[in-house]
Amino acid sequence: MAELKFTKDHECLYVDGDLAWVGITAYAKDALGDIVFVELPDIGKSLSKGDSFAVVESVKTAADVYSPVDGEVVEANDNMPGDLDLIAKPVKDGGWIAKIKMADASQVSGLMSEAEYQDYLKTVD
Amino acid sequence: MIDKTALHSNHLKHGAKMGEFAGYDMPLYYELGVMKEHEWVRESCGLFDVSHMGQAMIEGPGTLDFVHKIVPSDFSKLPEGQTKYTVLTNEQGGIIDDLMITHAGPDHYHLVINAGCKYKDMDWIKKHLPSSLKFTYFEDWALLALQGPKAEEVLKSVVGMDAADMPYMAMRPFEDMFVSRLGYTGEDGFEIAVHNDKAPALFEKLLAHPAVKPIGLAARDSLRLEMGYALYGHDIDDKTSPVEASMNWILSKERDGYFGSARIRKEQAEGPSKKFVGIKLLEPGVAREGAEIRNGSDQKIGGLTGGGFSPTLKASIGQGYVTPDLAAVGTKLFVNVRGKNIAAEVVRLPHVAAKTKSAKKKEAA
Repeated sequence: MAELKFTKDHECLYVDGDLAWVGITAYAKDALGDIVFVELPDIGKSLSKGDSFAVVESVKTAADVYSPVDGEVVEANDNMPGDLDLIAKPVKDGGWIAKIKMADASQVSGLMSEAEYQDYLKTVD
Repeated sequence: MIDKTALHSNHLKHGAKMGEFAGYDMPLYYELGVMKEHEWVRESCGLFDVSHMGQAMIEGPGTLDFVHKIVPSDFSKLPEGQTKYTVLTNEQGGIIDDLMITHAGPDHYHLVINAGCKYKDMDWIKKHLPSSLKFTYFEDWALLALQGPKAEEVLKSVVGMDAADMPYMAMRPFEDMFVSRLGYTGEDGFEIAVHNDKAPALFEKLLAHPAVKPIGLAARDSLRLEMGYALYGHDIDDKTSPVEASMNWILSKERDGYFGSARIRKEQAEGPSKKFVGIKLLEPGVAREGAEIRNGSDQKIGGLTGGGFSPTLKASIGQGYVTPDLAAVGTKLFVNVRGKNIAAEVVRLPHVAAKTKSAKKKEAA
């Protein structure tokens, strides 16, 4: 069953079986401001939970995107650097940066649900 | 203890995201965001609080000789009411600060110095100041920058000052203000020195004009990067000479005897060991301060001291130091970002053509 999961670093995951489509949340996009470039990971890159696998560059700053799970990059959103409007979209509607094949799909159970993430946002800022 | 300018509550009122800069709690950006603020300045008129910068006066008979001791530029022919950009040099020819000096009146020279350098500058100046001269620091004066193609029109309609005949780099007293036609954006515009007591009302009055929006330090930085202007502590410091910093244009051709002149003369004759250049990325990516600059053999030949995305060019630009043999415009290089080499080339500065008063005149001619 597909579901959305969230991290404290403001990554958003669309979980589909053992595949996690990973992007950043609306809150993160708003905090970064005008996004001007996304550095994508190489396909086949093996990731441990917490590894930086992509960088989102805004006019203001560069922000790392961290893998919320162990796994391997199986697809990167090649359309994204050329079409930065995509990053503004929800993860499952084109806003994903990479698809990660999870080594252990049970890791997502430790992440926040959308409601939990909304509550978490009230504690930041 | 973090300082506040006289306009601090104005910034909060206008929804600024605040952050620390040079010991001051300053507006980084307002509701428009960096990109739109940047574009607004290029198209209309932006209002900046630059009160964190230091304003001071040196006066007394022989002030010119003292000025000529502390800076490498020539002020002997500068008419009253005109300003020059220059640097304070140390004995080793390094840059203590970059600053604006105005020939304010007979034996009067007015200084605008960087926020982060002001106490260091004042110590240096006072240490060398002859007892016959007086140094005054204007602690309770604010400085507002009004920048953009509509700045002249705004100044006239809001402040009531007609600056049509005011040349670039001129300073004029107007009522209880001192208005200078200069800035840090490459646009036509003004810096208005006003007493702290009157600054908040003036700030609001200017913002009430439909052409004016408040602009934070983030856009101030992207605007100055497009112009290739140096930011002290990043592009230049007390080790860097003005020759290395590609500031030969500010150096007096005749005069010696200022602090550090021996090194500066030597570098002018023999060439510096590194040179400040503009860099443009030829491939996608963004390179920022600290990125290594490499040659075709992947050897480090310098580094970026500033860089980012240019909202005007929609491209990534930067500036930094390279070895002199690779400083020519058009030289192909690489900028290393997170371990990856991005193709780049040396470009002429500014990245975006200046539209200051004098530049406009040249265009028309």
